[in-house]
Amino acid sequence: MSTPFLVGNGAGFSGDRVDAPIPVVRSLVARGLPAALFFETLGERTVALAQLERRRDPELGYEPMLERLLEPILKDCVTHRIPILGNFGAANPPAAARLIARLAVRLGLPDCRIAVVTGDDVTSSIALDQLPVHEADDSIETKSARLVSANAYIGAAPLVEALRQGADVVVAGRTSDPALAIAPLVHHFGWSFEDWEKLAIGAACGHLLECGSQVTGGVFWDPGCKDIPDPWNIGFPIAEVTAEGGLVITKPEDTGGIVDLRTVKEQLLYELHDPARYITPDVVLDIMGCTVEQLGKDRVAVRGLRGHPAPDTLKVTACFEGTWLGEGEVSVAGPNALARAKATADVLLRRLGMRGLPVRARVDLIGVASVHDSDDGALWRGYQGPEPPEVRIRLAAEGSDRDAVDQAAREVLALLCCGTAGTGGARWRLTPRILTRSYLVLRERVPTSVKVRTAQEMAA
Amino acid sequence: MSEMIEVPLHAVAHSRAGDKGNRCNMSLMPYDPALYPILAEQVTEERVLALFRHRGATRVTRYDLPLLQAFNFVVDDVLEGGVNGSLNLDGHGKTQSFRLLSLTVRVPKAQAPG
Repeated sequence: MSTPFLVGNGAGFSGDRVDAPIPVVRSLVARGLPAALFFETLGERTVALAQLERRRDPELGYEPMLERLLEPILKDCVTHRIPILGNFGAANPPAAARLIARLAVRLGLPDCRIAVVTGDDVTSSIALDQLPVHEADDSIETKSARLVSANAYIGAAPLVEALRQGADVVVAGRTSDPALAIAPLVHHFGWSFEDWEKLAIGAACGHLLECGSQVTGGVFWDPGCKDIPDPWNIGFPIAEVTAEGGLVITKPEDTGGIVDLRTVKEQLLYELHDPARYITPDVVLDIMGCTVEQLGKDRVAVRGLRGHPAPDTLKVTACFEGTWLGEGEVSVAGPNALARAKATADVLLRRLGMRGLPVRARVDLIGVASVHDSDDGALWRGYQGPEPPEVRIRLAAEGSDRDAVDQAAREVLALLCCGTAGTGGARWRLTPRILTRSYLVLRERVPTSVKVRTAQEMAA
Repeated sequence: MSEMIEVPLHAVAHSRAGDKGNRCNMSLMPYDPALYPILAEQVTEERVLALFRHRGATRVTRYDLPLLQAFNFVVDDVLEGGVNGSLNLDGHGKTQSFRLLSLTVRVPKAQAPG
Protein backbone atom coordinates (compact mmCIF):
# COMPACT_ATOMS: atom_id res chain seq x y z
CA MET A 1 0.00 0.00 0.00
CA SER A 2 1.34 3.42 -0.92
CA THR A 3 1.80 6.29 1.51
CA PRO A 4 -1.61 7.74 2.32
CA PHE A 5 -2.60 11.35 1.84
CA LEU A 6 -4.52 12.84 4.75
CA VAL A 7 -7.59 15.04 4.32
CA GLY A 8 -8.75 16.83 7.46
CA ASN A 9 -11.96 18.78 8.01
CA GLY A 10 -12.08 21.91 10.15
CA ALA A 11 -15.74 22.94 9.91
CA GLY A 12 -18.98 21.37 8.70
CA PHE A 13 -21.13 24.48 8.55
CA SER A 14 -21.11 28.18 9.30
CA GLY A 15 -21.67 28.16 13.03
CA ASP A 16 -19.58 25.09 13.82
CA ARG A 17 -17.24 24.82 16.85
CA VAL A 18 -14.44 27.30 16.14
CA ASP A 19 -11.82 25.38 18.14
CA ALA A 20 -12.37 22.18 16.13
CA PRO A 21 -9.52 22.67 13.60
CA ILE A 22 -6.83 22.84 16.30
CA PRO A 23 -6.60 19.10 17.18
CA VAL A 24 -7.07 18.18 13.51
CA VAL A 25 -4.03 20.22 12.47
CA ARG A 26 -2.05 18.98 15.49
CA SER A 27 -2.74 15.42 14.32
CA LEU A 28 -1.93 16.14 10.65
CA VAL A 29 1.39 17.73 11.67
CA ALA A 30 2.27 14.91 14.12
CA ARG A 31 1.64 12.21 11.54
CA GLY A 32 4.02 13.89 9.10
CA LEU A 33 2.24 12.64 6.00
CA PRO A 34 1.24 14.80 3.03
CA ALA A 35 -2.08 16.41 3.93
CA ALA A 36 -4.71 19.08 3.27
CA LEU A 37 -7.37 20.70 5.43
CA PHE A 38 -10.77 21.88 4.25
CA PHE A 39 -13.58 24.00 5.64
CA GLU A 40 -17.21 23.71 4.52
CA THR A 41 -19.06 26.75 5.82
CA LEU A 42 -21.51 27.61 3.06
CA GLY A 43 -25.10 26.40 3.25
CA GLU A 44 -27.66 26.85 0.50
CA ARG A 45 -28.97 30.12 1.93
CA THR A 46 -25.79 31.25 3.69
CA VAL A 47 -24.57 32.67 0.41
CA ALA A 48 -27.67 34.88 0.10
CA LEU A 49 -27.24 36.22 3.63
CA ALA A 50 -23.58 36.87 2.79
CA GLN A 51 -24.61 38.70 -0.40
CA LEU A 52 -26.87 40.97 1.66
CA GLU A 53 -23.92 41.64 4.02
CA ARG A 54 -21.74 42.52 1.05
CA ARG A 55 -24.32 45.01 -0.21
CA ARG A 56 -24.16 46.76 3.15
CA ASP A 57 -20.35 46.71 3.26
CA PRO A 58 -18.19 45.79 0.22
CA GLU A 59 -15.51 44.35 2.54
CA LEU A 60 -17.96 41.87 4.12
CA GLY A 61 -19.94 38.92 2.80
CA TYR A 62 -17.60 36.07 3.74
CA GLU A 63 -17.69 33.57 6.64
CA PRO A 64 -17.99 35.72 9.81
CA MET A 65 -15.88 33.31 11.92
CA LEU A 66 -13.09 33.09 9.32
CA GLU A 67 -10.36 34.80 11.33
CA ARG A 68 -11.29 32.90 14.49
CA LEU A 69 -11.13 29.58 12.61
CA LEU A 70 -7.81 30.22 10.87
CA GLU A 71 -5.77 32.20 13.40
CA PRO A 72 -4.77 29.25 15.64
CA ILE A 73 -3.80 26.94 12.76
CA LEU A 74 -2.61 29.04 9.82
CA LYS A 75 1.06 29.13 10.83
CA ASP A 76 1.28 25.37 11.42
CA CYS A 77 -0.44 24.64 8.12
CA VAL A 78 1.77 26.96 6.07
CA THR A 79 4.97 25.82 7.81
CA HIS A 80 4.16 22.14 7.28
CA ARG A 81 2.85 22.58 3.70
CA ILE A 82 -0.71 21.60 4.54
CA PRO A 83 -2.88 23.57 2.11
CA ILE A 84 -6.18 24.94 3.41
CA LEU A 85 -9.23 24.97 1.14
CA GLY A 86 -12.57 26.51 1.98
CA ASN A 87 -15.78 27.88 0.57
CA PHE A 88 -15.51 30.45 3.36
CA GLY A 89 -15.21 33.17 0.72
CA ALA A 90 -19.02 32.93 0.47
CA ALA A 91 -20.28 35.96 -1.50
CA ASN A 92 -16.95 37.78 -1.37
CA PRO A 93 -13.84 35.58 -1.84
CA PRO A 94 -11.55 38.56 -2.62
CA ALA A 95 -12.40 40.25 0.71
CA ALA A 96 -11.95 36.97 2.58
CA ALA A 97 -8.54 36.60 0.94
CA ARG A 98 -7.55 40.12 2.02
CA LEU A 99 -8.51 39.27 5.60
CA ILE A 100 -6.40 36.09 5.46
CA ALA A 101 -3.52 38.09 3.95
CA ARG A 102 -3.57 40.57 6.84
CA LEU A 103 -3.72 37.67 9.30
CA ALA A 104 -0.78 35.92 7.59
CA VAL A 105 1.36 39.06 7.65
CA ARG A 106 0.54 39.54 11.33
CA LEU A 107 1.57 35.93 12.02
CA GLY A 108 4.91 36.45 10.26
CA LEU A 109 3.91 34.64 7.05
CA PRO A 110 4.27 37.32 4.35
CA ASP A 111 5.07 34.68 1.70
CA CYS A 112 1.89 32.70 2.36
CA ARG A 113 0.29 32.15 -1.06
CA ILE A 114 -3.42 32.85 -1.18
CA ALA A 115 -5.63 31.83 -4.11
CA VAL A 116 -8.94 33.46 -4.93
CA VAL A 117 -11.34 31.31 -6.96
CA THR A 118 -14.16 33.19 -8.66
CA GLY A 119 -16.78 32.49 -11.29
CA ASP A 120 -19.42 30.76 -9.19
CA ASP A 121 -21.36 34.02 -8.79
CA VAL A 122 -23.61 34.17 -11.86
CA THR A 123 -26.08 36.70 -10.43
CA SER A 124 -25.54 39.15 -13.27
CA SER A 125 -24.08 36.88 -15.97
CA ILE A 126 -26.81 34.32 -16.59
CA ALA A 127 -30.47 34.98 -17.39
CA LEU A 128 -32.21 32.57 -15.04
CA ASP A 129 -35.60 32.72 -16.75
CA GLN A 130 -34.06 30.99 -19.78
CA LEU A 131 -32.97 27.97 -17.74
CA PRO A 132 -34.80 24.75 -16.86
CA VAL A 133 -35.86 24.69 -13.22
CA HIS A 134 -34.35 21.88 -11.17
CA GLU A 135 -35.92 22.31 -7.71
CA ALA A 136 -38.09 25.08 -6.34
CA ASP A 137 -39.78 26.11 -3.16
CA ASP A 138 -43.51 25.62 -3.56
CA SER A 139 -44.28 29.08 -2.30
CA ILE A 140 -41.98 30.92 -4.67
CA GLU A 141 -43.26 33.53 -7.08
CA THR A 142 -40.13 34.43 -8.96
CA LYS A 143 -41.86 36.80 -11.38
CA SER A 144 -42.23 39.39 -8.68
CA ALA A 145 -39.51 38.21 -6.27
CA ARG A 146 -36.27 40.16 -6.13
CA LEU A 147 -33.13 38.18 -6.89
CA VAL A 148 -30.49 38.32 -4.13
CA SER A 149 -27.89 35.91 -5.44
CA ALA A 150 -27.33 33.15 -7.97
CA ASN A 151 -24.36 30.86 -7.61
CA ALA A 152 -23.23 27.79 -9.53
CA TYR A 153 -21.88 24.79 -7.66
CA ILE A 154 -18.47 24.62 -9.28
CA GLY A 155 -16.28 21.53 -9.23
CA ALA A 156 -12.72 20.75 -8.18
CA ALA A 157 -10.85 21.87 -11.34
CA PRO A 158 -10.20 25.52 -10.37
CA LEU A 159 -9.22 24.42 -6.85
CA VAL A 160 -6.68 22.00 -8.33
CA GLU A 161 -5.34 24.84 -10.50
CA ALA A 162 -4.86 26.95 -7.36
CA LEU A 163 -2.93 24.13 -5.69
CA ARG A 164 -0.79 23.71 -8.84
CA GLN A 165 0.14 27.37 -8.51
CA GLY A 166 1.40 26.66 -4.99
CA ALA A 167 -1.48 28.06 -2.98
CA ASP A 168 -1.26 27.64 0.80
CA VAL A 169 -4.85 28.83 1.19
CA VAL A 170 -7.56 28.45 -1.45
CA VAL A 171 -10.48 30.84 -0.97
CA ALA A 172 -13.61 29.90 -2.87
CA GLY A 173 -17.29 30.75 -2.79
CA ARG A 174 -19.97 28.33 -3.97
CA THR A 175 -18.07 25.13 -4.69
CA SER A 176 -19.67 21.73 -4.35
CA ASP A 177 -18.84 20.41 -0.90
CA PRO A 178 -17.07 17.22 -2.10
CA ALA A 179 -14.89 19.29 -4.48
CA LEU A 180 -13.04 20.63 -1.44
CA ALA A 181 -11.76 17.10 -0.77
CA ILE A 182 -11.51 15.94 -4.38
CA ALA A 183 -9.20 18.82 -5.32
CA PRO A 184 -6.24 18.06 -3.00
CA LEU A 185 -6.49 14.35 -3.90
CA VAL A 186 -6.48 15.00 -7.65
CA HIS A 187 -3.57 17.40 -7.18
CA HIS A 188 -1.53 15.05 -4.96
CA PHE A 189 -2.09 11.79 -6.80
CA GLY A 190 -2.38 13.24 -10.30
CA TRP A 191 -5.74 11.55 -10.85
CA SER A 192 -7.45 12.28 -14.16
CA PHE A 193 -10.74 14.17 -14.22
CA GLU A 194 -12.08 11.22 -16.22
CA ASP A 195 -11.01 8.54 -13.76
CA TRP A 196 -14.52 8.10 -12.37
CA GLU A 197 -13.56 5.35 -9.91
CA LYS A 198 -10.91 7.55 -8.26
CA LEU A 199 -13.09 10.65 -8.32
CA ALA A 200 -15.78 8.57 -6.60
CA ILE A 201 -13.33 7.92 -3.75
CA GLY A 202 -12.72 11.67 -3.52
CA ALA A 203 -16.44 12.45 -3.61
CA ALA A 204 -17.16 9.91 -0.87
CA CYS A 205 -14.28 11.29 1.17
CA GLY A 206 -15.70 14.80 0.79
CA HIS A 207 -19.26 13.69 1.50
CA LEU A 208 -18.23 11.83 4.67
CA LEU A 209 -16.12 14.74 5.94
CA GLU A 210 -18.05 17.79 4.75
CA CYS A 211 -20.28 17.95 7.84
CA GLY A 212 -17.34 17.81 10.22
CA SER A 213 -18.25 15.98 13.43
CA GLN A 214 -21.28 14.29 11.88
CA VAL A 215 -19.05 11.32 10.99
CA THR A 216 -17.27 11.31 14.36
CA GLY A 217 -20.23 11.36 16.73
CA GLY A 218 -22.02 14.67 16.13
CA VAL A 219 -25.82 14.37 15.70
CA PHE A 220 -25.20 10.71 16.45
CA TRP A 221 -24.95 10.48 20.23
CA ASP A 222 -28.06 9.31 21.98
CA PRO A 223 -27.43 8.97 25.73
CA GLY A 224 -27.80 5.41 26.99
CA CYS A 225 -28.27 4.10 23.43
CA LYS A 226 -25.42 5.45 21.31
CA ASP A 227 -22.96 6.94 23.78
CA ILE A 228 -19.74 8.60 22.65
CA PRO A 229 -16.69 9.68 24.68
CA ASP A 230 -16.48 13.39 25.62
CA PRO A 231 -19.24 14.88 23.44
CA TRP A 232 -18.02 18.33 24.53
CA ASN A 233 -14.78 17.72 22.63
CA ILE A 234 -15.69 15.73 19.49
CA GLY A 235 -12.67 15.32 17.22
CA PHE A 236 -13.31 16.42 13.65
CA PRO A 237 -12.60 13.84 10.95
CA ILE A 238 -9.46 12.94 9.06
CA ALA A 239 -9.50 10.66 5.99
CA GLU A 240 -6.56 8.56 4.85
CA VAL A 241 -6.61 8.10 1.09
CA THR A 242 -4.17 6.07 -1.01
CA ALA A 243 -3.24 6.36 -4.68
CA GLU A 244 -5.07 3.10 -5.34
CA GLY A 245 -8.28 4.51 -3.88
CA GLY A 246 -8.16 3.17 -0.32
CA LEU A 247 -10.31 5.27 2.01
CA VAL A 248 -10.18 5.15 5.82
CA ILE A 249 -12.07 7.53 8.10
CA THR A 250 -10.45 8.39 11.44
CA LYS A 251 -10.00 11.34 13.84
CA PRO A 252 -7.34 12.95 16.06
CA GLU A 253 -6.28 10.72 18.95
CA ASP A 254 -6.55 13.25 21.76
CA THR A 255 -10.23 14.06 21.17
CA GLY A 256 -13.68 12.79 22.06
CA GLY A 257 -16.23 11.35 19.69
CA ILE A 258 -16.12 8.04 17.86
CA VAL A 259 -15.64 6.64 14.36
CA ASP A 260 -17.41 3.33 13.90
CA LEU A 261 -19.63 1.54 11.40
CA ARG A 262 -22.69 3.31 12.77
CA THR A 263 -21.33 6.88 12.46
CA VAL A 264 -19.97 6.20 8.98
CA LYS A 265 -23.22 4.66 7.70
CA GLU A 266 -25.32 7.52 9.08
CA GLN A 267 -23.14 10.11 7.37
CA LEU A 268 -22.77 8.13 4.14
CA LEU A 269 -26.55 8.26 3.66
CA TYR A 270 -26.95 11.83 4.96
CA GLU A 271 -28.84 14.05 2.47
CA LEU A 272 -28.62 11.28 -0.09
CA HIS A 273 -31.57 10.36 -2.27
CA ASP A 274 -30.91 7.67 -4.88
CA PRO A 275 -27.80 5.91 -3.44
CA ALA A 276 -26.78 4.91 -6.98
CA ARG A 277 -26.72 8.53 -8.15
CA TYR A 278 -25.23 11.11 -5.82
CA ILE A 279 -24.57 13.91 -8.27
CA THR A 280 -21.56 16.18 -7.86
CA PRO A 281 -20.03 18.47 -10.52
CA ASP A 282 -17.02 16.13 -10.79
CA VAL A 283 -18.52 12.64 -10.67
CA VAL A 284 -21.76 10.78 -10.00
CA LEU A 285 -21.15 8.67 -6.90
CA ASP A 286 -22.75 5.22 -6.58
CA ILE A 287 -22.67 3.60 -3.14
CA MET A 288 -24.87 0.58 -3.91
CA GLY A 289 -21.84 -1.72 -3.67
CA CYS A 290 -20.32 0.05 -0.67
CA THR A 291 -19.10 -1.88 2.37
CA VAL A 292 -17.56 -0.65 5.63
CA GLU A 293 -15.12 -2.39 7.96
CA GLN A 294 -13.84 -1.43 11.41
CA LEU A 295 -10.04 -1.68 11.16
CA GLY A 296 -9.30 -0.59 14.71
CA LYS A 297 -10.37 1.96 17.30
CA ASP A 298 -11.85 4.97 15.47
CA ARG A 299 -10.73 3.64 12.08
CA VAL A 300 -13.25 2.58 9.43
CA ALA A 301 -12.45 1.53 5.86
CA VAL A 302 -14.95 2.40 3.13
CA ARG A 303 -14.83 0.19 0.03
CA GLY A 304 -16.81 -0.69 -3.07
CA LEU A 305 -17.51 2.85 -4.26
CA ARG A 306 -18.27 3.36 -7.92
CA GLY A 307 -18.23 6.46 -10.08
CA HIS A 308 -20.13 7.45 -13.21
CA PRO A 309 -19.35 10.31 -15.62
CA ALA A 310 -19.99 13.84 -14.37
CA PRO A 311 -23.10 15.61 -15.67
CA ASP A 312 -22.87 18.18 -18.48
CA THR A 313 -24.69 20.67 -16.31
CA LEU A 314 -23.98 22.45 -13.05
CA LYS A 315 -26.58 23.29 -10.45
CA VAL A 316 -27.23 26.98 -9.94
CA THR A 317 -29.04 27.99 -6.78
CA ALA A 318 -30.76 31.35 -6.89
CA CYS A 319 -31.93 33.12 -3.75
CA PHE A 320 -34.82 35.58 -3.78
CA GLU A 321 -36.15 37.95 -1.18
CA GLY A 322 -38.99 36.11 0.46
CA THR A 323 -41.74 36.86 2.91
CA TRP A 324 -41.44 37.97 6.54
CA LEU A 325 -41.48 35.52 9.40
CA GLY A 326 -42.78 36.58 12.79
CA GLU A 327 -42.35 34.34 15.82
CA GLY A 328 -43.44 34.71 19.43
CA GLU A 329 -43.27 32.42 22.45
CA VAL A 330 -44.64 32.36 26.01
CA SER A 331 -44.54 29.72 28.73
CA VAL A 332 -47.00 28.19 31.18
CA ALA A 333 -46.06 25.70 33.90
CA GLY A 334 -47.48 23.76 36.83
CA PRO A 335 -51.06 22.61 37.46
CA ASN A 336 -53.38 22.70 34.43
CA ALA A 337 -50.52 23.76 32.11
CA LEU A 338 -51.81 21.77 29.14
CA ALA A 339 -55.31 23.25 29.26
CA ARG A 340 -53.88 26.76 29.60
CA ALA A 341 -51.53 26.14 26.68
CA LYS A 342 -54.27 24.81 24.40
CA ALA A 343 -56.55 27.71 25.26
CA THR A 344 -53.71 30.16 24.60
CA ALA A 345 -53.12 28.60 21.19
CA ASP A 346 -56.76 28.95 20.24
CA VAL A 347 -56.90 32.54 21.48
CA LEU A 348 -53.84 33.49 19.41
CA LEU A 349 -55.31 32.09 16.20
CA ARG A 350 -58.66 33.70 16.95
CA ARG A 351 -56.98 37.08 17.50
CA LEU A 352 -55.26 36.92 14.10
CA GLY A 353 -58.61 36.20 12.44
CA MET A 354 -60.42 38.84 14.48
CA ARG A 355 -57.94 41.50 13.40
CA GLY A 356 -57.96 40.29 9.79
CA LEU A 357 -54.17 40.13 9.60
CA PRO A 358 -53.08 38.76 6.17
CA VAL A 359 -50.71 36.08 7.46
CA ARG A 360 -50.34 32.31 7.38
CA ALA A 361 -49.95 31.12 10.97
CA ARG A 362 -49.30 28.08 13.08
CA VAL A 363 -49.13 27.36 16.80
CA ASP A 364 -46.86 24.83 18.48
CA LEU A 365 -47.04 23.52 22.02
CA ILE A 366 -43.37 22.96 22.72
CA GLY A 367 -43.06 20.07 25.16
CA VAL A 368 -46.23 18.45 23.80
CA ALA A 369 -45.79 18.50 20.01
CA SER A 370 -43.96 20.97 17.81
CA VAL A 371 -41.18 19.88 15.43
CA HIS A 372 -42.99 16.64 14.53
CA ASP A 373 -46.33 18.39 14.18
CA SER A 374 -48.15 19.85 11.19
CA ASP A 375 -49.29 23.43 10.60
CA ASP A 376 -52.78 22.57 11.85
CA GLY A 377 -51.41 21.15 15.12
CA ALA A 378 -52.79 17.66 14.51
CA LEU A 379 -50.47 16.08 17.07
CA TRP A 380 -50.95 18.49 19.98
CA ARG A 381 -54.69 18.73 19.39
CA GLY A 382 -54.89 14.93 19.54
CA TYR A 383 -52.47 14.56 22.46
CA GLN A 384 -53.67 11.98 25.01
CA GLY A 385 -50.49 11.60 27.09
CA PRO A 386 -49.72 12.63 30.64
CA GLU A 387 -50.02 16.23 31.86
CA PRO A 388 -46.76 18.03 30.94
CA PRO A 389 -45.06 19.98 33.77
CA GLU A 390 -44.42 22.93 31.43
CA VAL A 391 -45.45 24.00 27.94
CA ARG A 392 -44.00 26.73 25.75
CA ILE A 393 -46.49 28.13 23.29
CA ARG A 394 -45.06 29.31 19.98
CA LEU A 395 -46.81 31.30 17.28
CA ALA A 396 -45.24 31.50 13.82
CA ALA A 397 -46.72 33.77 11.16
CA GLU A 398 -45.57 34.65 7.69
CA GLY A 399 -46.68 37.00 4.96
CA SER A 400 -45.47 39.60 2.51
CA ASP A 401 -46.85 42.52 4.58
CA ARG A 402 -44.12 43.23 7.12
CA ASP A 403 -46.34 45.24 9.41
CA ALA A 404 -49.05 42.57 9.49
CA VAL A 405 -46.48 39.88 10.38
CA ASP A 406 -45.06 42.14 13.08
CA GLN A 407 -48.52 42.72 14.49
CA ALA A 408 -49.18 38.98 14.51
CA ALA A 409 -45.99 38.28 16.48
CA ARG A 410 -46.85 41.06 18.93
CA GLU A 411 -50.09 39.23 19.79
CA VAL A 412 -47.86 36.86 21.77
CA LEU A 413 -46.34 39.76 23.68
CA ALA A 414 -49.83 41.01 24.58
CA LEU A 415 -50.44 37.72 26.40
CA LEU A 416 -48.25 38.98 29.22
CA CYS A 417 -51.30 40.89 30.39
CA CYS A 418 -54.17 39.33 28.44
CA GLY A 419 -53.13 35.67 28.61
CA THR A 420 -54.12 32.84 30.95
CA ALA A 421 -53.12 32.87 34.60
CA GLY A 422 -49.40 32.33 35.08
CA THR A 423 -48.25 33.25 31.54
CA GLY A 424 -44.66 34.48 31.27
CA GLY A 425 -41.34 34.53 29.47
CA ALA A 426 -42.43 36.24 26.26
CA ARG A 427 -39.98 36.53 23.35
CA TRP A 428 -40.76 37.64 19.82
CA ARG A 429 -38.87 38.47 16.65
CA LEU A 430 -39.32 39.37 13.01
CA THR A 431 -36.97 38.06 10.31
CA PRO A 432 -36.83 38.32 6.50
CA ARG A 433 -36.94 35.02 4.63
CA ILE A 434 -34.92 33.89 1.64
CA LEU A 435 -36.46 31.69 -1.03
CA THR A 436 -34.36 29.45 -3.22
CA ARG A 437 -34.77 27.96 -6.64
CA SER A 438 -32.30 25.69 -8.44
CA TYR A 439 -31.57 25.59 -12.14
CA LEU A 440 -29.31 23.52 -14.37
CA VAL A 441 -26.83 25.32 -16.58
CA LEU A 442 -24.33 23.94 -19.10
CA ARG A 443 -20.93 23.96 -17.39
CA GLU A 444 -19.29 25.85 -20.28
CA ARG A 445 -21.39 28.84 -19.32
CA VAL A 446 -19.68 29.09 -15.92
CA PRO A 447 -16.04 30.03 -16.55
CA THR A 448 -13.93 30.19 -13.40
CA SER A 449 -10.78 32.09 -12.64
CA VAL A 450 -7.92 31.58 -10.18
CA LYS A 451 -5.56 34.28 -8.94
CA VAL A 452 -2.71 33.47 -6.57
CA ARG A 453 -0.72 36.15 -4.76
CA THR A 454 1.36 36.31 -1.62
CA ALA A 455 -0.07 37.67 1.59
CA GLN A 456 2.35 40.60 1.42
CA GLU A 457 1.26 41.57 -2.09
CA MET A 458 -2.37 41.22 -1.16
CA ALA A 459 -2.22 43.07 2.14
CA ALA A 460 -0.30 45.99 0.62
CA MET B 1 -40.01 -19.84 15.85
CA SER B 2 -39.11 -17.75 18.86
CA GLU B 3 -41.56 -15.51 20.62
CA MET B 4 -42.04 -12.07 18.99
CA ILE B 5 -42.36 -8.82 20.91
CA GLU B 6 -43.32 -5.33 19.79
CA VAL B 7 -40.68 -2.61 20.28
CA PRO B 8 -40.14 0.90 18.93
CA LEU B 9 -37.58 1.01 16.12
CA HIS B 10 -35.43 3.12 18.45
CA ALA B 11 -34.73 0.00 20.52
CA VAL B 12 -33.25 -1.93 17.60
CA ALA B 13 -32.14 0.59 14.98
CA HIS B 14 -30.68 4.05 14.41
CA SER B 15 -31.45 6.79 11.91
CA ARG B 16 -30.39 10.23 10.66
CA ALA B 17 -32.47 12.75 8.68
CA GLY B 18 -31.37 15.25 6.06
CA ASP B 19 -33.18 17.65 3.72
CA LYS B 20 -33.17 18.89 0.14
CA GLY B 21 -35.92 21.39 -0.51
CA ASN B 22 -39.27 19.96 0.54
CA ARG B 23 -37.96 16.43 0.63
CA CYS B 24 -36.50 14.60 3.60
CA ASN B 25 -34.32 11.52 3.61
CA MET B 26 -33.95 9.25 6.61
CA SER B 27 -31.49 6.42 6.89
CA LEU B 28 -32.38 3.39 8.99
CA MET B 29 -29.85 0.82 10.20
CA PRO B 30 -30.51 -2.11 12.57
CA TYR B 31 -27.91 -2.58 15.31
CA ASP B 32 -28.10 -6.34 14.77
CA PRO B 33 -27.60 -7.35 11.10
CA ALA B 34 -29.92 -10.32 11.70
CA LEU B 35 -32.81 -7.85 11.96
CA TYR B 36 -32.26 -6.42 8.47
CA PRO B 37 -34.75 -8.77 6.72
CA ILE B 38 -37.30 -8.23 9.50
CA LEU B 39 -37.10 -4.45 9.09
CA ALA B 40 -37.24 -4.87 5.30
CA GLU B 41 -40.53 -6.71 5.72
CA GLN B 42 -42.10 -4.45 8.34
CA VAL B 43 -40.84 -0.91 7.73
CA THR B 44 -42.61 -0.49 4.44
CA GLU B 45 -43.02 2.64 2.31
CA GLU B 46 -46.75 2.59 3.18
CA ARG B 47 -46.16 2.57 6.94
CA VAL B 48 -43.61 5.37 6.73
CA LEU B 49 -45.94 7.43 4.55
CA ALA B 50 -48.72 6.99 7.13
CA LEU B 51 -46.35 8.26 9.82
CA PHE B 52 -45.81 11.54 7.95
CA ARG B 53 -49.16 11.99 6.22
CA HIS B 54 -50.30 14.60 8.77
CA ARG B 55 -47.53 16.84 7.42
CA GLY B 56 -48.59 16.50 3.80
CA ALA B 57 -46.14 13.77 2.71
CA THR B 58 -47.17 12.48 -0.70
CA ARG B 59 -44.74 9.67 -1.45
CA VAL B 60 -42.10 7.51 0.21
CA THR B 61 -39.36 5.72 -1.72
CA ARG B 62 -37.27 3.14 0.11
CA TYR B 63 -33.82 2.29 -1.21
CA ASP B 64 -32.34 -0.93 0.18
CA LEU B 65 -28.60 -1.26 0.74
CA PRO B 66 -28.14 -4.85 1.96
CA LEU B 67 -24.33 -4.65 1.85
CA LEU B 68 -24.44 -1.79 4.36
CA GLN B 69 -27.45 -3.27 6.16
CA ALA B 70 -29.10 0.10 5.69
CA PHE B 71 -32.27 1.56 4.23
CA ASN B 72 -32.72 5.05 2.84
CA PHE B 73 -36.24 6.48 3.00
CA VAL B 74 -36.93 9.50 0.80
CA VAL B 75 -40.13 11.26 1.85
CA ASP B 76 -41.58 13.78 -0.61
CA ASP B 77 -43.38 16.98 0.43
CA VAL B 78 -42.94 16.31 4.14
CA LEU B 79 -41.20 19.54 5.14
CA GLU B 80 -44.19 21.86 4.78
CA GLY B 81 -42.37 23.90 2.16
CA GLY B 82 -38.83 23.18 3.30
CA VAL B 83 -36.47 25.35 5.27
CA ASN B 84 -37.37 28.45 3.26
CA GLY B 85 -41.11 28.17 3.44
CA SER B 86 -41.97 26.16 6.53
CA LEU B 87 -43.39 27.63 9.71
CA ASN B 88 -41.96 24.67 11.61
CA LEU B 89 -39.21 25.37 14.15
CA ASP B 90 -37.22 22.62 12.45
CA GLY B 91 -37.61 23.55 8.80
CA HIS B 92 -34.73 21.24 7.87
CA GLY B 93 -36.58 18.26 9.32
CA LYS B 94 -33.52 17.05 11.20
CA THR B 95 -35.68 15.84 14.06
CA GLN B 96 -37.85 13.64 11.83
CA SER B 97 -35.50 10.64 12.15
CA PHE B 98 -36.81 10.21 15.68
CA ARG B 99 -40.39 10.14 14.47
CA LEU B 100 -39.36 7.26 12.22
CA LEU B 101 -37.73 5.60 15.24
CA SER B 102 -41.03 5.79 17.12
CA LEU B 103 -42.60 3.35 14.64
CA THR B 104 -43.06 -0.08 16.21
CA VAL B 105 -41.83 -3.39 14.84
CA ARG B 106 -42.25 -7.00 15.96
CA VAL B 107 -38.93 -8.71 16.55
CA PRO B 108 -37.90 -12.09 18.03
CA LYS B 109 -37.58 -11.70 21.78
CA ALA B 110 -34.03 -13.07 21.61
CA GLN B 111 -33.00 -10.15 19.38
CA ALA B 112 -34.68 -7.41 21.38
CA PRO B 113 -32.48 -5.49 23.81
CA GLY B 114 -32.59 -6.41 27.54
